[in-house]
Amino acid sequence: MRRNWNAIWMVAQREFQDQFRDWRIIVPMFIMVALFPFVADNSTRQAINFMNRFGGDLILDRIIPFVILVIGFFPLSFTLIVALESFVGEKERGTIEPLLSSPLDDRHLYLGKLLVGVSTPLLFSYGSIGLYLLLLSRRPIEFPSAYMMTLILLLTFAHAVLMVSAAIVISVQATTIRAANLLASFVVVPVAFLLQGETVLIFWGDEGVLFYAVAGLTILSGLLIRLGLSHFKREYLLGREIDTLNFKTMGRTFLARVTGDAKSIFEWYRLEIPSTLRQLRQPLFIVISLAVLTVAASYAWVVIYTPTYIEITPDRIQDAQKYLSENLGNVDVLSSNIPAPWLFLSNVRATVLFLFAGLISFATLGVTLFMVNMALIGVVLGGASLINFSPTLVFVSAILPHGIFEITAVIIATAAVLKVGAVLVTPQPDKSMGEIFLLSLADWFRVFIGLVVPLLAIAAVIEVYVTPLIIKMAFPYL
Amino acid sequence: MIESNDLSKQYNNDFWAVDGVTLNVQPGQILALLGQNGAGKTTTVRMLTALLSPSRGWARVGGYDVAKHPQEVRANVGVLTEQHGLYMRMTGEEYLDYFGKIYGLDAKTRKSRSDYLLDYFGLKEAARRRSGEYSKGMKQKLALARALIHDPVVLLLDEPTSAMDPESAQLVRSEISRLRSSKRTIIICTHNLAEAESLADQIAIIYRGKILLNGTLEELKRAVLGPVEYEAKFAHEFDAGEFELPSGAVLASRTATSLRFRVEAPQDVNPKLVNALTSRNAPLVSFQEVPKKLEHVYLKTMADAQGVIYAA
Repeated sequence: MRRNWNAIWMVAQREFQDQFRDWRIIVPMFIMVALFPFVADNSTRQAINFMNRFGGDLILDRIIPFVILVIGFFPLSFTLIVALESFVGEKERGTIEPLLSSPLDDRHLYLGKLLVGVSTPLLFSYGSIGLYLLLLSRRPIEFPSAYMMTLILLLTFAHAVLMVSAAIVISVQATTIRAANLLASFVVVPVAFLLQGETVLIFWGDEGVLFYAVAGLTILSGLLIRLGLSHFKREYLLGREIDTLNFKTMGRTFLARVTGDAKSIFEWYRLEIPSTLRQLRQPLFIVISLAVLTVAASYAWVVIYTPTYIEITPDRIQDAQKYLSENLGNVDVLSSNIPAPWLFLSNVRATVLFLFAGLISFATLGVTLFMVNMALIGVVLGGASLINFSPTLVFVSAILPHGIFEITAVIIATAAVLKVGAVLVTPQPDKSMGEIFLLSLADWFRVFIGLVVPLLAIAAVIEVYVTPLIIKMAFPYL
Repeated sequence: MIESNDLSKQYNNDFWAVDGVTLNVQPGQILALLGQNGAGKTTTVRMLTALLSPSRGWARVGGYDVAKHPQEVRANVGVLTEQHGLYMRMTGEEYLDYFGKIYGLDAKTRKSRSDYLLDYFGLKEAARRRSGEYSKGMKQKLALARALIHDPVVLLLDEPTSAMDPESAQLVRSEISRLRSSKRTIIICTHNLAEAESLADQIAIIYRGKILLNGTLEELKRAVLGPVEYEAKFAHEFDAGEFELPSGAVLASRTATSLRFRVEAPQDVNPKLVNALTSRNAPLVSFQEVPKKLEHVYLKTMADAQGVIYAA
């Protein structure tokens, strides 16, 4: 342990030394740290005056944590450049080879660079926040709670780890600094969205949700570090493989993986699809378990907690039933309002969205979206139970007929996304990161085109033409 | 010791950068690896340093398999890379100390090794200056000092004297010779054929990833340029006419003032040849071996490989 730490520190120490000897890094950072809190303090003063005139204490309460978050974020965004060039910069300057030729372990090199990448911006971020808080202490204003402060500091830490670990992954994979800088948008754009989301959470003021945001970001950062470590190979920094992007080979590899050894579509369904499903056994088990748990939890939450917010009186139940009978009266002509092809495309789009969300988050966001959808089932069933409808009957008549295909399709799609995420963070020494990415995408596509799309098509037809009739039969009084 | 068998490296599943390299360099030997740019020298060295994994074949460096024990290989090898690879904001002293630490040397050893190398390569005065301020030659010497800081048993040196002035280059060659005497195993990749000729015990010529020739300088000369030639020079025009040559000697060429003989066993045949010439009152000024340089061997080999005619 101590030997490992010494080696990591050795790599980091030189980088620290190098950074603190480079005025081009230090001067702007000091200016940013020293200047921005004063600007922010001045803005806060003006905000206080403004709010005092019109009475907006609540907004004021939210503005301070928001400003702290922004102050902490600025130095992080700047030092992204340093992290981006950590490996590829050394490669371009020709300093990487002596380092790679040394007995240092891959982990030591990677974690040493990560340590510097995270520590330097955090030092400046926390310094900046500290200065702002010091300036703020002179103002007649209430400080954010200790819990909120802790959350923001943790959020800043998670931002640093997330951005730097993503930047280092890019730095390892890029061939030139220019390429790394161009690829930086893959870090900057998602983080910009993230920051906007966090701003909403801060203004919302729900510390509990903010805690989950911190937890989510920490998990994502951990996965990014694991991804970086899994795919860090000295060879990539020196080899020629990553210098070329051969679309023809990529296309061939992708297609070969999708079709497998099958010679006809029947053989593909007979051999390849079952084999893929066998590979998905573990993710399927996880996703099905999550689905069951989510439906049960959301059902229980609605049944238990709704009465604490709304009093369920016989009048209210009657109103709800009346509302349903008025709105579900024309359910048997659903096809004229929602055509089956539209429903099908909408569901296909949702499963593709799961994939994209999964790709940027190592499956976590894709699985979360899936869970949100499952939670809706629980909510519907819980709601039905509250207005004295049998949840079982609702499930059997309104969800199961098409759900047997639709839910199955979504479960399979999510399991495939989960597998993509798992594969990305699993070390595979014989394959490059690009190869692993391409093959896991092909695996997803095989399942998507072979099972998910046909199942969703069947589900859409049943949902539009069959389910409404069953609902009518189950609830004739509606 | 460096051993490799069928060592090969393929890129993008279609291009063999190194194809079936077999080497055997014993302790106390220097192998010069010659070849054009892009011939596969650097890839070979990188595989021997366990930086690139072989696509086929195996290599053992300092007793360790490069694929199975990469860390041990790297710990036992000193590498001078194509680019000097110095950190420009570090002083020479700091740089050597840093790499000394990486190679696990204690503070006392680091200091003594660093002092010795800085002193030997004439960098003592500049030891506390940032290496960014060094001249090209000084940078190269510091990089070489880095490769030697842990006193490795195996040295892989890529163009060790490039960018150096003649005195510095001589200094480096002396150090390499000294290391050979102390039983180090050394591979030098170089375009400097005179340097290879003066230093190497073994020479390998690599072309498009394949070793075309491998052996001692004499073996290479004989294999590529044929038997040794001796030239008799005369004081003035001399018509030797037709005379019987001792067996083992063949007349290779003649001018008005010289004759060239191809001789298989010079120790036996040359005295007879000189006797034959003097008995015919040849105005002999000198009788000596026609110098054949490594340059001729290299250029002829390359010409043959490319299918062109080599004009000496």
